[in-house]
Amino acid sequence: MMVDNVFLALQSVDEARYIVEAIEDDNPEAKIEYQPAMMRITAPGRLTIKRSTVSEKMGRDWDPQELQLVLVTFGGNVDETDDEFTLYWGEYSKQD
Amino acid sequence: MSKRLNLKERYKHMTRLGWETTYQSMDDVFPYDTYEGIKVKDWDAWEDPFRMTMDSYWKYQGEKEKKLYAIIDAFAQNNGHTNLSDGRYLNALKLFLQGVTPLEYQAHRGFAHNGRHMRGEGARVACQMQSLDELRHAQTQIHTISHYNKHFNGFHEFPHWHDRVWYLSVPKSFFDDARTAGPFEFMIAVGFSFEYVLTNLLFVPFMSGAAFNGDLSTVTFGFSAQSDEARHMTLGLEAMKFMLEQHEDNVPIVQRWIDKWTWRGYKVLSLIAAMQDYMLPESPMSWKEAWEVYFEENGGALFNDLARYGIRPPKYLEVCAAEKDHLSHQVWGVLYNYAAPAAMHTWIPDDRKLDWLSEKYPDTFDKYYRPRFLHWREMEKQGKRFYNGSLPMLCQLCQIPMAFTEMDDFTQTCFRTSEYKDDKYHFCSDGCKDIFDYEPEKYVQAWLPVHQIYQGNCGGPTLDDVLKWYQFNVGSDNFDYVGSEDEARWNDLQGKGEKPADKSAA
Amino acid sequence: MSVLSIGEYEGTVMDNVERFHGNQLVYINWEKHLFFCAPHAFPLPPDMPFAAFVGELLPATYSAHPDWEKIDWSSVEWLLDGEAFTPDMDASLKDNGVGHKSCLRFTTPGLTGIGGSGS
Repeated sequence: MMVDNVFLALQSVDEARYIVEAIEDDNPEAKIEYQPAMMRITAPGRLTIKRSTVSEKMGRDWDPQELQLVLVTFGGNVDETDDEFTLYWGEYSKQD
Repeated sequence: MSKRLNLKERYKHMTRLGWETTYQSMDDVFPYDTYEGIKVKDWDAWEDPFRMTMDSYWKYQGEKEKKLYAIIDAFAQNNGHTNLSDGRYLNALKLFLQGVTPLEYQAHRGFAHNGRHMRGEGARVACQMQSLDELRHAQTQIHTISHYNKHFNGFHEFPHWHDRVWYLSVPKSFFDDARTAGPFEFMIAVGFSFEYVLTNLLFVPFMSGAAFNGDLSTVTFGFSAQSDEARHMTLGLEAMKFMLEQHEDNVPIVQRWIDKWTWRGYKVLSLIAAMQDYMLPESPMSWKEAWEVYFEENGGALFNDLARYGIRPPKYLEVCAAEKDHLSHQVWGVLYNYAAPAAMHTWIPDDRKLDWLSEKYPDTFDKYYRPRFLHWREMEKQGKRFYNGSLPMLCQLCQIPMAFTEMDDFTQTCFRTSEYKDDKYHFCSDGCKDIFDYEPEKYVQAWLPVHQIYQGNCGGPTLDDVLKWYQFNVGSDNFDYVGSEDEARWNDLQGKGEKPADKSAA
Repeated sequence: MSVLSIGEYEGTVMDNVERFHGNQLVYINWEKHLFFCAPHAFPLPPDMPFAAFVGELLPATYSAHPDWEKIDWSSVEWLLDGEAFTPDMDASLKDNGVGHKSCLRFTTPGLTGIGGSGS
């Protein structure tokens, strides 16, 4: 069965560029498109943004709730904890 | 045991602040959350996936406001309006302020109501946050666009117009319908169908359009609002999944609401389709492309995911699929026909735009629509710009003039009719007729602008009477863009053409 | 199905004929001429002769279209509320069976709009 894509759009601002770098590191299947004023990221079935990776890129502690400041839109179910923000289709399962 | 609570614990402690009432029964305290037939076994199963609590809400919203106002101030100080791609672009903003901003306010009212009337505290808190967001959106939009009101026409009486002018009854009636439904239906109408399924089709045309056409201020308020939208989408999806998971009897009720509200939203968006393809001088993508990416692809994935609950995609998607090659052109035809009673300008696209439309709509534009536009352009050259002088027949349900065609013959106007208590009711589509037939008592109450004019409730019998009642500055706010004060002002800003009259003297 | 509600629910009909000061609403469409983006609505006296409807109202509405002058009225085909219909030009709208919120549609054979596009 073909897996549907989840997607995420972030504003084209400095903070978001670090988040996109972290997404690329942690989600090898993610594709990034640069559109007017925003970046659109798609990935098959699941996409995770990890606090640890983003914090390392930014050089400061980053809280997944800060995603609120740069998020434009998304497609998928959401789960957010202290450590990560996840988009997924299907039943939620914790993954490493 | 750690000192600091983690996000899940914080969310639990800071949103579950309700109690079982004893002086009054819970049913008396929450009188509206049972009559729609939605069965809820356990309100505590409600969880906001963002796990947003009020303290972080204030913190992040405060940051968003600071960013936004810094840019709005800079935009005004630097006369940002002079950097637009073309003066025609302003009409997209007029449609936004007249048609969309008042909906933000209506959403504020609707979510405030739900924030009081849903029994579960988790749901109430999420609705209260959204209610505040929507009020913020209305305020920041009015504030931002007020800069344009200093320089151009068509902005000054937008709330008054929203309540009276014919094309604005389309979005207004959508929200009137949603807000007079019960709290659960409102969640599906606005939270799910509008915010989740259709929001990108509103957002992409306006915000990417603004970015493409040099409108920094709209990009900024758009993104500031849109960052809240992600939370709203989650709330809408969560509300729907909550209903589906609580009881199997809820599934057919939710399905009917999804069918109804996806269609209602789709019809409202037909105005946006016309804006996107015709009002934006530079277009990032066509309506058809946006529909394919954001509805067919992303919406398709969503409905695949919902199949496990027994939910199928909304009805009439085959109509939308066939209509995506026609919708924007047919609605632009309406706005062009009736530019006299409209508080914005329309025009015949130039050759570059016509060619772009041919390229984006290779199967339909040259066959059905280009000949019409070229003929109107010829009439205009002869000094006889076509204004349709007789009022249109409106769909009883979506309130749009009956401009839509049959899907097997795109030259044949689509007529549907129902009889109810000795009166006839007319519709533009099967989707609109279905909604009426299910609840005719509700929709016989529609305030149809054309009929109201004929009943004598709109200032008088002539066009001048009605436009006065609308509070238009006739000759300034309405008619074609070519020859308008807006065009003269824009040309002056670009250092070409005659110096226009001062706007304050208009 | 009726409206689910918290009490008695009866909607006020906003467009009953009594609200139109002696007129009735009549809708009219010139088929396959989408130059006029939608059908039109008019408040008309029920005793208006059909000939006046065709001879006075329709030209004022449609004569901006280049096909208008080419219409052969003897070949025009009419629909009244979805049924084939032959109007009696000397009789009134009412006596022709045109009621409140009736929809009249007319087809002009051989005329296919601007450049044959149905416009």
